Amino acid sequence: MNEKHPMDYLLREDRIPHIWCPGCGLGSSVSCFIMALEDSGLDLNKVVVVSGIGCTGRVAGYINLDSFHTTHGRAIPFATGLALANPELKVVVYSGDGDLIAIGGNHLIHAARRNINMTVICVNNFLYGMTGGQVGPTTPLYAKATTSPYGNFERPFNLVYLAAASGAVYVARWTALHLRRLTKSMTEALQKKGFSFIEIISPCPTSYARRNRLGDGLDQMKFYHDNSIIRHGADPKEADIGFQTKIVVGKFIDVERPDYHTFLTEGLAKVVGERK
Amino acid sequence: MIKDREILTGEHFMNGDFACAEGAIAAGCRFFAGYPITPASEIAERISERFPEVDGIYIQMEDELGSMAAILGASWAGVKSMTCTSGPGFSLMQENIGLGAMTETPCVVVNMQRGGPSTGLPTVLGQQDMMQARWGSHGDYEIIALSPSSPQELFDFTIKAFNLSEMYRVPALVMGDEVVGHMSEKVVIPPKEEIEVYPRRKYTGPAEEYLPYKPDEDLVPQMVAAGEGYRIHVTGLTHDEKGYPVVDAEAQKKLVPRLVNKIRKNAEKIIEIEETNTEDAEVIVLSYGISARTSFRAIELAEKEGIKVGMVKLITVWPFPEKRVYQLASKVAGFVVPEINCGQIVYEVERCVKGKTKVTLVSHPGGHIHDPRDIFQAIRNILK
Ligand code: SF4
Repeated sequence: MNEKHPMDYLLREDRIPHIWCPGCGLGSSVSCFIMALEDSGLDLNKVVVVSGIGCTGRVAGYINLDSFHTTHGRAIPFATGLALANPELKVVVYSGDGDLIAIGGNHLIHAARRNINMTVICVNNFLYGMTGGQVGPTTPLYAKATTSPYGNFERPFNLVYLAAASGAVYVARWTALHLRRLTKSMTEALQKKGFSFIEIISPCPTSYARRNRLGDGLDQMKFYHDNSIIRHGADPKEADIGFQTKIVVGKFIDVERPDYHTFLTEGLAKVVGERK
Repeated sequence: MIKDREILTGEHFMNGDFACAEGAIAAGCRFFAGYPITPASEIAERISERFPEVDGIYIQMEDELGSMAAILGASWAGVKSMTCTSGPGFSLMQENIGLGAMTETPCVVVNMQRGGPSTGLPTVLGQQDMMQARWGSHGDYEIIALSPSSPQELFDFTIKAFNLSEMYRVPALVMGDEVVGHMSEKVVIPPKEEIEVYPRRKYTGPAEEYLPYKPDEDLVPQMVAAGEGYRIHVTGLTHDEKGYPVVDAEAQKKLVPRLVNKIRKNAEKIIEIEETNTEDAEVIVLSYGISARTSFRAIELAEKEGIKVGMVKLITVWPFPEKRVYQLASKVAGFVVPEINCGQIVYEVERCVKGKTKVTLVSHPGGHIHDPRDIFQAIRNILK
């Protein structure tokens, strides 16, 4: 088994094996991302990955691109600095639901509102995996977590609706099982200028599945396979996720709007430019 | 860039906040992220007006957490970056100041101090964040902080802060206060060629040989920017010379003492103070920022009574001029330390004199500058 996989050069081999649990959906999401990087045709020296903290936060460390592993919740504003200071970069924020939606939620909506040129990949495992499975803002109603032992009574965010309402120009959701479709969405997002958002529903056998007696990673995969409904162009408002309910996936939004840097520099050129 | 708008060479009548903004532009700062807060907003306002003339990017973030994170990101894109704030915002920035210290990211944070704690005195002065500047983020690290006493110094020290930040790859803090920020005075902006600007310590060798956290002899490593093909990994976790996370005691022992020592071992090169009449002084006033200026009036009053008073005005507050204060301690009857807080830098002076002389705090809880007569009285009392 010494043969090299053709895409290995995009992984930091000296950092493998990774820390993720067997059956976790994160590994397959990264495989899709690497294929998407290839397919995107982008100059990979100009692609930067930024992560926050958590299981998904470790992605930045495994991908052989310029990569930044920042503080909890602050991947998006860090990425905002990178993207605005050098507009030639394609900045990808790869992080988890706790990081991006709870502690970092404010940055998400503002980066989407401004239409900063970045792709946000949010791996949603429905709770805080790395710290042992605590409830979060994406935990479905009634699902159990270590800090909701009797079930969750907080209504969760519908991430695709949140991103779309905040102004994202590209919004998609897939499960970690939809390898081909996820890769295609990632490729489109990488090629798109402006704020793109992809949610990946990802099995977490160690925390979420175990706590809720949903079997192992494979059982969770099978559930997602049997219960996801592909509906491109669906109204994101109608795409709530409940506890073990059907999951609407697909590409919800794909519109054109100038990204912030372009909009700003063109606007300023008109007002200030004539003085130059 | 608009011709002749980069450095506004000449004499100006300018407030301290504007002078700070001009200092940043002169130092080459081209990215600013901030959040409105009194009394620092005028810096952001000036930058937002001036940056389009020099092709800089101004962004008003959703909060100070985001502002601090954004300037770190911009610095890694290869652009000199800055934010400004006051007490409450400074508290919010602490976590990412720590990320800046850990990842050795050059950037400048300006804190126009007001009275605290909490919302405190939003529109009037304090000097209550001096220890927070040193210890505000969790974990062990060393920082560089400067303390300006005038609009001119806000211009000069902002440039100095950028230079030190690049030289030692650490966030550099400009610890101003409401009075120096809002007062208007003469500010002389020299011609471009007379302004010393320290460039980034760039690595330009082959990518295969590059170790992003391998230090030079002075303990500071060389930097590259994202997008230059080096494929770097930068993390807030304890890391090795490659930049890869290694979470164990051995890696911690290699990394953290270096982060601390790159400032401690170079302290003599970093530290700057301004001494006046310390050679034959009986009493020394040690102060900084606006309090240093009030002290000069107190010294005049004392001199009229025939008391020989010297002055040590801190330019760098951190690192602290430990050695010089100890040297002076054996020559004088005491130190008087006026500051607009209930005692912060006075602890540092007490630590450094090692019991060799008296140390008197002249405190003020904030909202106003000292009455110089209080400082004068303290000088007198030392000799009683
Ligand atoms: S805790 Fe869950 S999300 Fe984290 S690595 Fe394990 S399976 Fe994956």
